[in-house]
Formats: sequence, structure tokens, C-alpha cells
Amino acid sequence: MKIAVCLRRVPDTTAKIVIGPSGTVIDETGVKFVPNPYDEYALEAAIALKERAGSGETVVVALGPDNVQETLRTALAMGMDRAVHLQGAASADGLENARVLADHLRGGSYDLLLFGKLAVDDYGQQTGAMVAELLELPCATAVTHLAIEGGRAKVEREVEGGVEAASCALPAVFTCDKGLNNPRLPSLKGIMAAKKKPLDITPVTVAAGRVTVVSLALPPERAAGRIVGEGAAAVPALMQILTNDAKVL
Amino acid sequence: MPNILAVLEVRGGALRKGANELVAAARRLADVNGETVDALVCGPASVAADGLGAAGADRVLQGTHADFAHYAPDGIAAVVAAIGAPYRAVMVAATATGKDLAPRLAARLNAPCAMDVTAVDLQGDAIRVVRPVYAGKALQTVDLRGLAVIAVRPGAYATVAPGRPGVAESVAVPSFTQRLAVEPVRGSDKGSLDVAEARVVIAGGRGLGDPKHFALLEDLAAAFGGEAAVGASRAVVDAGWAEHGAQVGQTGKTVAPELYIAIGISGAIQHLAGMRTAKVIVAVNRDKDAPIFKVADYGIVGDLFDVVPALTAAVKTAKAH
Ligand SMILES: Cc1cc2nc3c(=O)[nH]c(=O)nc-3n(C[C@H](O)[C@H](O)[C@H](O)COP(=O)(O)OP(=O)(O)OC[C@H]3O[C@@H](n4cnc5c(N)ncnc54)[C@H](O)[C@@H]3O)c2cc1C
Ligand SMILES: Nc1ncnc2c1ncn2[C@@H]1O[C@H](COP(=O)(O)O)[C@@H](O)[C@H]1O
Repeated sequence: MKIAVCLRRVPDTTAKIVIGPSGTVIDETGVKFVPNPYDEYALEAAIALKERAGSGETVVVALGPDNVQETLRTALAMGMDRAVHLQGAASADGLENARVLADHLRGGSYDLLLFGKLAVDDYGQQTGAMVAELLELPCATAVTHLAIEGGRAKVEREVEGGVEAASCALPAVFTCDKGLNNPRLPSLKGIMAAKKKPLDITPVTVAAGRVTVVSLALPPERAAGRIVGEGAAAVPALMQILTNDAKVL
Repeated sequence: MPNILAVLEVRGGALRKGANELVAAARRLADVNGETVDALVCGPASVAADGLGAAGADRVLQGTHADFAHYAPDGIAAVVAAIGAPYRAVMVAATATGKDLAPRLAARLNAPCAMDVTAVDLQGDAIRVVRPVYAGKALQTVDLRGLAVIAVRPGAYATVAPGRPGVAESVAVPSFTQRLAVEPVRGSDKGSLDVAEARVVIAGGRGLGDPKHFALLEDLAAAFGGEAAVGASRAVVDAGWAEHGAQVGQTGKTVAPELYIAIGISGAIQHLAGMRTAKVIVAVNRDKDAPIFKVADYGIVGDLFDVVPALTAAVKTAKAH
């Protein structure tokens, strides 16, 4: 079983968002960067599947500037076998990034290509399925359950009001959601071992694509609300407001 | 002239509830330049799509195929790949299914894709969209040049009824390989409304004290007569009091209902990320300094066991009139 995981370096989800001077990207000063949380589910799935199979190879791939190498080392410390740094600036057009990832993964003889369901910075929610289409592979997104048996995969995903199951032959592409597993933390031994694992650098050029970021802004503050009153006695006043002012009843 | 293609979602042999809203969003974009809206329905022949004209579609294209009894991403992608290129935009609803479909369509059409769009307009030849990023902590405005695939966030558009002909036409389904075999959705026929789609969300947190007290919220939701869904904070989902599908927030669902009632929820930043775009927010909390009151339009300070039953009774009375 040969498995690739595509990994993105993102700001920690608890980071306060400050808009940078360009007005199109965040100010990274003092922001801690981590592996994209949804990619950790993909990493855990890859490592666990290889452990269960007893053989195979797990490869983690990141596209971006040199700072992604630190993120790749974290994945190696978790237990991935080797890393590939596709060195270049990612585009605001997710399709262009998907093309570069697909070009690298094509011909890699992978049985499984795993992604996060979304990157918590750009919320693109597209890379995995695009790579699948570009490689003409079966794909399911946002899976919360993944089982591999006899060259086939069975998955489940949450949809509004229910669960959708699906199956396909390998090789296949899946994007991973919360609930798939509990990602392991890198052990001390893992961190030491990661330093010696291979991390190959391949320069790439990502086309600009057809998306331009015009601006990034903080959401408008909600107008200050008011306390209608205390306890059950305030319910009639609230009902008045909801019926007559807010008109939501 | 470029036009708009709205790809509608079918489940269990019927259009899903967001269909009219998506058509309305497509209509708005089309009207900027006097363009037309085509609604594409891929499903069994029995799907009732005759309301789409009233919702704003000029034409209703129906693609029928034996594999379209339930979601068939490879098949729908094949249809859109065959007919999509001449359009200005292909629009889907940003539901679980729509988000699964959109990037597939984009890759097949060689088009950029924007997800969770809350506003869309034309800017010269480009399509300008606004979308939340960083878990809703920022809003990004982007221009997409050429044909683009746009997933519109449910709740972002009001349905309008400009009354269009909605001429029904069948569309050829090219042969395709079903790479992924999808089964029918389990559980959807229980009639439980999803928090992401409900007009009213009643959300409960740790203040409920015990999972059995969720019954209070179910009662309040029921008083709204099928328009309300029960949501939850992560604290109670992690404690097993509520299902993961009910979780609102950064690691749960993002909801934008007309009315969000937060009950016994403190209002942590990660919770706010999922509901701050609700039209009206009401909070019930016994701590007057709880952060939820900073985003709530209207608050009641008090014990939820006292306030919620009174609210349920009042809503029932109001709805009876
Ligand atoms: C990476 C990350 C992601 C997260 N994602 C999410 C997410 O998606 N969604 C989410 O919700 N949280 C999320 N959290 C957790 C979040 O930080 C909070 O811990 C959580 O939202 C708190 O839930 P709560 O409001 O139910 O509980 P609490 O914070 O314990 O609040 C309970 C509230 O109930 C009130 N109360 C108690 N008893 C009563 C009573 N009888 N009557 C009235 N009021 C009463 C209290 O005053 C208090 O304000 C995330 C955290 C992290 C670190
Ligand atoms: N620059 C990148 N390098 C490697 N993988 C990426 C990159 N950007 C996105 N991905 C993968 O695609 C997933 C979805 O990202 P997005 O489509 O941007 O939300 C992420 O969770 C990663 O698995």
C-alpha cells in the first residue's frame, strides 16, 4: 500500500486574524503555523493503514515556500516515511495548485491519495476533488469513515440530515473530515527519527490562474445587542421584539 | 451571450429545499446583464421541477439516467462537462453535496472555483464574490476570470419570484464511468431538519446540565412547526449529549438562519465562528457577562429551565394565531 498525503501549512486556528498592509493577506507577525488540522486526519489514516498492512510507503507532499519544510518534518515525526517539498509559491486559484500536485502524484503508483476536507486558512475546499478529476480517479470528499479491503475502499460522509456511504476501487482520492480518527501526536522518538527521514525538494512553477484576491477584511461587527430582561418575565418583551421589530416569527 | 447554469441537488427523487434559493441567486447574477438562467436537474424522470420557472429559471434542463436515482457525482460531472463551457458561471448550493460536486465541475471545465460564496456580482468581465475564510474570522473578496464555478452558501440569498417561463427541455447524458458508487442517504427520511438548512436554530450548550434536558430544546423547536432544528456547542457534542452533525462552530457547521437562539452557551470564539452571520441572535444565559451577549441582538439573563418553557409556550401561542 503506497499512500500520499497532501499537507498544507496554516495559521493555528486560535490565532487572532490581523489584516496585513497589502489588504489582501493576513499579517503573519507572531502567528504560529501548524499542519492543517484536517490534514492530520489524513496523516493518521495513512500511517494507521500502513501499520495495519505491515508494509508499504507513506509520502507527505507540500506545495509552498521553504517554511513548509518545518510542517513536513512534523508529519515525518508523526510517522510518515518521507516528504516531498514542491518548492514554489501557491496560487490563489486552487485549480492551479491542484494541477501541480496532480502532476507530481501522477506516475507515483499510489494506491491512495489523501487530503484534508478543507484548509482552515483559505477554506478552498476543492484541492482533493480537483486532483482526483485531473488524474481521473474515483473520489469521495469529507469522509468520516474509511475502510480498505481487497483493493476497494468503503467510505462514509455526513450530509445534511444523514450519512452517505460510497465505495470504489483503488487507486482513489479521499478528503478527510473530523471524526475519521484521532490523530497521534509526534513522539519524542518520532521527532528524533524525523530529522533523518528523506525530504526531497522539487522546484515547481505554479501558474497564476484566473483568481485574484481583491481584498481581505474583518467581518463587520454586529451592532451591540441589548438585554431584554431577566428570567421568564422577559419572554413577552422578547416575543414583541421578535414579532414586530425583528420580524422573524 | 454568456448565461448562468444552476446545478440543482436531488435527493430521494425530489429537489432539495435549497433549489429555489440557488435559482434566485443565479437569477440575480443573470439580471445584472440581462442574461438567462438554466436550471439543471439530474435525477430520475419523476423529479418535480415545474416550480423552477416561478423561482427564476428561464429553462429547466432535465438529465435522466438509470444511475441518477441518488447522488452520482461522476454522471453529473459528465453532463456539466458536456454542456457547461459556453456559460459565464456554473452555480451550485454550498451543501455537503454541492461542495463535493463543485470542484469536480471546475476541474472538468478548466474553471476556477469559489466555495461558500455569500455575495456575487459582476466586475467588468470577472465575477466578483465574497466568501468567509479563516473560519469566518475574515471575508475575502475575489475576482474570477472566465467561466467560474460558484458554490453559494445556503441562507445567503432570499428567494425571489420574478416568474420566468421555466421551459422544460431534456438534456443528453453522455456515457460516463461511475468511478464512485454512492448509496442512498441514510437517515434523511426521519424528517430531522439539518441545522445548516433550518430557518430557525435552537442551540444548546453545557448550561443544559444533562443530555436529557435537550428535550426542552426539542419542544421549543417543535413550537416553530418544522422550521427549527436543534444545534449544539462542541462541549456537549464532545460529551456525547448531541450528535456531531448538530455541532455549530469552527469545527462543526456554519449556519446562517434567520433566528438563532443560543441557550446555555457561553459564546466561545470557535462557536461564534459558526453562527455570527445569523440574521437575529437571541441568547439565554444566567451569566450576564457571558460573551454570547456581545454578539446577541437580544438577550435574556436567567435560568434556562425557567426561561425556555415560557418561551416555548409563547411561541406556541404566537404560531396558533
Ligand atoms: C480548535 C477548537 C475548535 C473548537 N470548535 C468549536 C466548535 O465548532 N463549536 C463550539 O461550540 N465550540 C468549539 N470549541 C470549544 C469552545 O472553545 C468552547 O469550549 C465551547 O463552545 C463551550 O461550549 P458551551 O458554551 O456549551 O459551554 P460553556 O463554555 O461551559 O458554557 C456554558 C454556559 O451555560 C451557562 N449556564 C449554565 N447553567 C445555566 C442555566 N441553568 N441557565 C442558563 N445558562 C446557564 C453558563 O453561564 C455558561 O455561559 C472549539 C475549541 C477549540 C480549541
Ligand atoms: N499548498 C498545498 N500543498 C499541499 N497540499 C495542499 C496545499 N493546499 C491544499 N492542500 C491539500 O488540499 C486540502 C484542501 O485544501 P483547500 O482546497 O485549499 O481547502 C488540504 O487539506 C491539503 O490536503
